Amino acid sequence: MRILVPVKRVVDYNVKIRVKADGSGVDTANVKMSMNPFDEIACEQAIRLKEAGHAEEIVAVSIGEAKCQETLRTALAMGADRGIHVEAPADVQPLAVAKMLRAIVGREQPGLVVMGKQAIDDDSNQTGQMLAALLGWAQATFISKLELADGRAVVAREVDEGLERIEVTLPAVLTVDLRLNEPRYASLPNIMKAKKKPIDVLTPGDLGVDPAPRLLYLKVEEPPRRQAGVKLGSVDELVTKLKQDAGVI
Amino acid sequence: MSTAYRPPLAEMRFVLDEVAGLRTTTQLPGLEHATPEIVDQVLLAAARLASEVLAPLNPVGDRTGSVLENGVVRTPPGFREAYRQFADGGWNGLVFPAEWGGQDLPWTLGAAVAEMWNAANMTFQICPLLTQAVIDALLHHGTPEQKAVFLEPLVGGRWTGAMGLTEPQAGTDLGAIRTRAVPDRDGYRIFGQKIYISYGDHDMAENIVHLVLARLPDAPAGSRGLSLFIVPKLVPDAQGRPARRNDMRPLKLEHKLGLHASPTCVMAYGEDGGATGLLLGEPHAGLRCMFTMVNKARLAVGHEGLGLAERAYQQALTYAHERVQGRVAGRPVAILAYPDVRRMLLTMRAQIAAMRALAYWTAGFVDRAARAADPDARAAAAGRVALLTPIVKAWCTDRAQEIAALAVQVHGGMGFIEETGVAQHYREARILSIYEGTNGVQALDLVARKLAQDDGRLPWLLLEELRAEVPRLPEAPALERALATLETATRTVQAAPEEVRAAASTPYLRLIGQVLGAFLLGRGAASAQAPPYWGLLHRFYLRHLLPPALALGEVVAAGADDLDPAALAP
Repeated sequence: MRILVPVKRVVDYNVKIRVKADGSGVDTANVKMSMNPFDEIACEQAIRLKEAGHAEEIVAVSIGEAKCQETLRTALAMGADRGIHVEAPADVQPLAVAKMLRAIVGREQPGLVVMGKQAIDDDSNQTGQMLAALLGWAQATFISKLELADGRAVVAREVDEGLERIEVTLPAVLTVDLRLNEPRYASLPNIMKAKKKPIDVLTPGDLGVDPAPRLLYLKVEEPPRRQAGVKLGSVDELVTKLKQDAGVI
Repeated sequence: MSTAYRPPLAEMRFVLDEVAGLRTTTQLPGLEHATPEIVDQVLLAAARLASEVLAPLNPVGDRTGSVLENGVVRTPPGFREAYRQFADGGWNGLVFPAEWGGQDLPWTLGAAVAEMWNAANMTFQICPLLTQAVIDALLHHGTPEQKAVFLEPLVGGRWTGAMGLTEPQAGTDLGAIRTRAVPDRDGYRIFGQKIYISYGDHDMAENIVHLVLARLPDAPAGSRGLSLFIVPKLVPDAQGRPARRNDMRPLKLEHKLGLHASPTCVMAYGEDGGATGLLLGEPHAGLRCMFTMVNKARLAVGHEGLGLAERAYQQALTYAHERVQGRVAGRPVAILAYPDVRRMLLTMRAQIAAMRALAYWTAGFVDRAARAADPDARAAAAGRVALLTPIVKAWCTDRAQEIAALAVQVHGGMGFIEETGVAQHYREARILSIYEGTNGVQALDLVARKLAQDDGRLPWLLLEELRAEVPRLPEAPALERALATLETATRTVQAAPEEVRAAASTPYLRLIGQVLGAFLLGRGAASAQAPPYWGLLHRFYLRHLLPPALALGEVVAAGADDLDPAALAP
């Protein structure tokens, strides 16, 4: 089986996000960029599946500017076998990404697509679901546990009420949650080997997809500053406030 | 309290490329695979391991320390697992030959990576540092059989190294060593006691390879009668697997001012019939073999100073941004608002930038000395390494102490409280001026050996290069004045009798270090790639840190007359 792992280049999770002065978006100039942490977990899971004998090959895909190849190299250093870079503008939106991934699935014929449940930059949480719908495949989202057997995946999904166990038939799209695994650190020998692994470069045109945005961002702004709180003397006072001022109970 | 460590990757990369000339270095034969992308990936991966795994263990190691129980050393919680990640990650083999499982990457890159290990957790890094020193000695002096047995597990980090040099009566004067080596059927038996053996025993690896200085029965007296022996904790069998327990054990661990996680062992060899040892290099040539590793280790201690200083600075900077004291124009302010606090922080930052520049730039000559195609270029680079090694070691570590002291000072009373975490850096900086040859010994090495090398031409080759480059650098007049002071001091020291040279050695070393720092910051400032703050650091350095150092020219000129023992009667 082949596993496809889409990885996105995003502002590093340690970086304090700054909004551009003109409100047109987030400032990414001279900002440290890394692989989306959820994608890193997806990549780790694919490698574990390969190590356990469930897969023969892992293909990492990244869509965006030339620098995405650095992110692909990180995936290759972790253990992916080869990369595909779709050279596109930085602001490709989930539907276009899902369509491009569909086209790549058509070329590569993977048995599984394992990807982050969302990217930490725009938190859209859409691409995996859209891809499954476009492919007509089963989907299991927000997974925190995974077992493969007999052409099926048994997963635990993290939902508001707790854990939901479901079974899906392969091929399927899995989107991973934080607690699925702890990604490994790339080893030095693997970083060196990753350099020799191939990265194919494609364009959205090669995949027959128009990457132009369909949603228009009107304005990006900082969240409003929190107002100072008040100290209350007793639980009764708190209950009164929650009832009368906040109106939540 | 924040003790997080964030590797300053952008600045490190800038110094590598624009000051240390990494792009030229990676054109040397055998380094072509170190492309800019590889350099980036290696730095990023090391940064993660350093900041996420090693850095959080640093205060744990300080509080818990290593302990000796039932004859076995246990390292603090987490150290074993961290070492496993470090070794499995292949980090121990960064600069070593692919033939033995290494990656053949440049020492220049190794210096940057070492800075991160040291900043994250210096006591942890001491173990790989020693392993690398032992590897170096084996690469240069080992027989093919010795290399076949020891190199692969050492480069891979499965085994670690230790250096057994010091004895109670033989510190700086190794000629006083008494440990004996007696020829045996298939090697030697070693008898004696050594002190200050860092990581002489521990629980992080499957074997520990000691290099031990000892005296053969027919050895001449003094330092010319010393031979170097490989003494493994577990003697390998014919297949090279650790097999028989050797006759050696840790007697006690020292209680130290810092480095609590690093087990400093008193080691006994041969209490029960003799520890098995193999001769490394020629008989009675032990000191020369040892200096192969000591020279690299001295550079590595300079990197310890750099890393520790960076960590202390980061902690002080965070505190200065967070600690609110007093009001300016009626509003409460963080202490960063006060000029004297900014002076302290800028002193740290500019000094660290200069130390980093010197450390990486020197490592570039290590690469050239090893790999340049032209033998003359190799020899010239080796000469430059010889000249710069005592400066990297002593100048970087002395400055690290000042920086750690400033970091405590920025914290005020909180800095004196151990829970704050900054005092650890202050305590641990103290050893750096002492081990691997005290900084006094480094200064003597500089003035007595290095300034005299090649009929005294060695320093002038460097000074002439600086003369040629300085006119192209920003603030050239200030740099030219500094250079003139250094040239005068160099001539004074070279012409002086031995006693006077020795008296001037420490001020001279500080002077040359501080002037080289100014020059290298200037080289960075001349680059179009310089980050916006670099010019600021350069100017601050020239106006605040260079002038007091230039006054050392007068101290050098003062000679030895005033070092009169009359005032020091007991």
